[in-house]
Amino acid sequence: AFFWLVSLLLSSLIWFIAVKASDPRDESLQKGLLIFGVMFSVLLQEAFRFLYYKLLRKAIEGLVALSEDGCSPISIQQMAYVAGVGFGLMSGAFSMINLLADALGPGTVGIHGDSQLYFLTSAFMTMVLIFLHTFWGILFFHGCEHRRWWEITAVVVMHLAVSGSTFFNPLYVGSLVPSYLLMAIAAAWAYVLSGGSAQNLRRFLLCK
Amino acid sequence: MTELSAHLPQFQHGQLTENFPDNHLSNTNDSSERRRHDNSERRRNDNAESETNGQPQNNIQQVVEQDEEEDEELTLKYGAKHVIMLFVPVTLCMVVVVATIKSVSFYTRKDGQLIYTPFTEETETVGQRALNSILNAAIMISVIIVMTILLVVLYKYRCYKVIHGWLIISSLLLLFFFSFIYLGEVFKTYNVAMDYITVALMIWNFGVVGMICIHWKGPLRLQQAYLIMISALMALVFIKYLPEWTAWLILAVISVYDLVAVLCPKGPLRMLVETAQERNETLFPALIYSSTMIWLVNMAEEDPEAQRKASKNSTYDKQAPANQTQNEGAEADDGGFSQEWQQQRDNRIGPIESTPESRAAVQALPSNSQTSEDPEERGVKLGLGDFIFYSVLVGKASATASGDWNTTLACFVAILIGLCLTLLLLAIFKKALPALPISITFGLVFYFATDNLVQPFMDQLAFHQFYI
Repeated sequence: AFFWLVSLLLSSLIWFIAVKASDPRDESLQKGLLIFGVMFSVLLQEAFRFLYYKLLRKAIEGLVALSEDGCSPISIQQMAYVAGVGFGLMSGAFSMINLLADALGPGTVGIHGDSQLYFLTSAFMTMVLIFLHTFWGILFFHGCEHRRWWEITAVVVMHLAVSGSTFFNPLYVGSLVPSYLLMAIAAAWAYVLSGGSAQNLRRFLLCK
Repeated sequence: MTELSAHLPQFQHGQLTENFPDNHLSNTNDSSERRRHDNSERRRNDNAESETNGQPQNNIQQVVEQDEEEDEELTLKYGAKHVIMLFVPVTLCMVVVVATIKSVSFYTRKDGQLIYTPFTEETETVGQRALNSILNAAIMISVIIVMTILLVVLYKYRCYKVIHGWLIISSLLLLFFFSFIYLGEVFKTYNVAMDYITVALMIWNFGVVGMICIHWKGPLRLQQAYLIMISALMALVFIKYLPEWTAWLILAVISVYDLVAVLCPKGPLRMLVETAQERNETLFPALIYSSTMIWLVNMAEEDPEAQRKASKNSTYDKQAPANQTQNEGAEADDGGFSQEWQQQRDNRIGPIESTPESRAAVQALPSNSQTSEDPEERGVKLGLGDFIFYSVLVGKASATASGDWNTTLACFVAILIGLCLTLLLLAIFKKALPALPISITFGLVFYFATDNLVQPFMDQLAFHQFYI
């Protein structure tokens, strides 16, 4: 969560500088700058995820060195999951919390002609992002562990795609549907990477 | 973070400077002195213990090293637990403060300032405002320094009764008066009709149980809850009565002072701790939040294996032998609450004008964490002043930030990460450490950064419903 926060800080710093250096009245330029800010932020987030992976790697080595039986009390997969959840929670919290606070107050959604589904879609989008961050964490760390660079690039590309799809808002079909599809793909992939299989799933569902 | 769990600190020492209100100078000085002595004593004792923790009959270096390694491993295993043990109360305190700030408008209304910050910030020019806030902060810090030095001096001259009395008066004032005001404001906010008799009964019960828990014995959870409530009340008072820029400046300077006072060889807090260790006395258990009730004593004299077995079989209520004047013992007797805390409270609860002093007093209280002899039951201690200043930072962030919840959340995460890092350093250095600097620095950086940089960005993103 802290790492995500720092990446957000840096990316907003970049965006802020860009905005201050540009003309505030030019709407499309502002929007373009915002899009640039979003893309840059996505790249920064992934960079910080990588940094976090490096940090955790060192920690695992330390733990293994100090433990009795030569293996650390927490595995890298667990760390990947936790890192993903941390990223996701922070990103979700920052996206939603002001919305929620405003939702407590009086008002009508979309009274000025915007979409009436603003809150609903924000909630769904945030949820899908939190899940995605968790899965991306697992995929990313797995890719780093096994030196499979294509996995890492896939995560980055997916993140860019999801963020890019939100540019279609308020055409919600354009953003929510692809995001959920990508989430399903990422979920299945992460599940397989974590050692799951169709058999496990069936056994779990049938409570054997 | 696993690397943190790998380095469970055996000691955690935060240093808070404590300033006590004028009229109770001697008392507060004594108490804070004592507290520091206790802290230093604890630290020294812990140091001594960790070195003599090998099996007594074994003189071989290897065995000693092995024991230290086992110690470290146990430390690692329980490290995460102890970090969490501190996260929970700090989070609770912050949650209480933020919830109150958001709902009860009394604490965000400007009703004047304390006499320790005489210069107003409602000036015409920015330069004048900056100058005023710098002067305010300077006055506050000098009051704190004076109090701290007085405390050290008093402690050196063994004026213990004065400290005790001061602590009791302080905790009385805090438990009764401030909570009465708080309750009144909460009732006003929610428009609850209440009669004086019921209020008197509630406050009386709350106060008396608090006094008993803090100064004598009581269930651990109840003591911890009272400490958290007291810290939250103090933090709310500070948030209310400190003007904007002064508050931020004071936070920054306090963490610098904390660093200096604890680590410099001539620092007052360090001298207090060393004096306490020389006299082999316990520091005041008040004003320290303890995560476990530590009753075991005599670590150096027992076989570590036996200790571990004993700790496994014992409950937290096992009474420690009296001959060892470790802080843990004293704390156990006091129910885990240090008199320092009470002193701190007392100082704070003095007349409102003396609040800055009490704040200083609280600040002067060193926070220390001490682990018990048994690694399994070692708890972690953090000074109440640390709680208070963390909560002040987060409370101010939620009260005055344009980013509102984003800023609050960012400061909260920053403070917790700072706390983790401090615990990590504690595990590495194994001596008293100030708990304020790292967390407050992170908190301040994140507050200003989030408020000015992240907020416009997130606003624009939310407006267009872009997601990053």
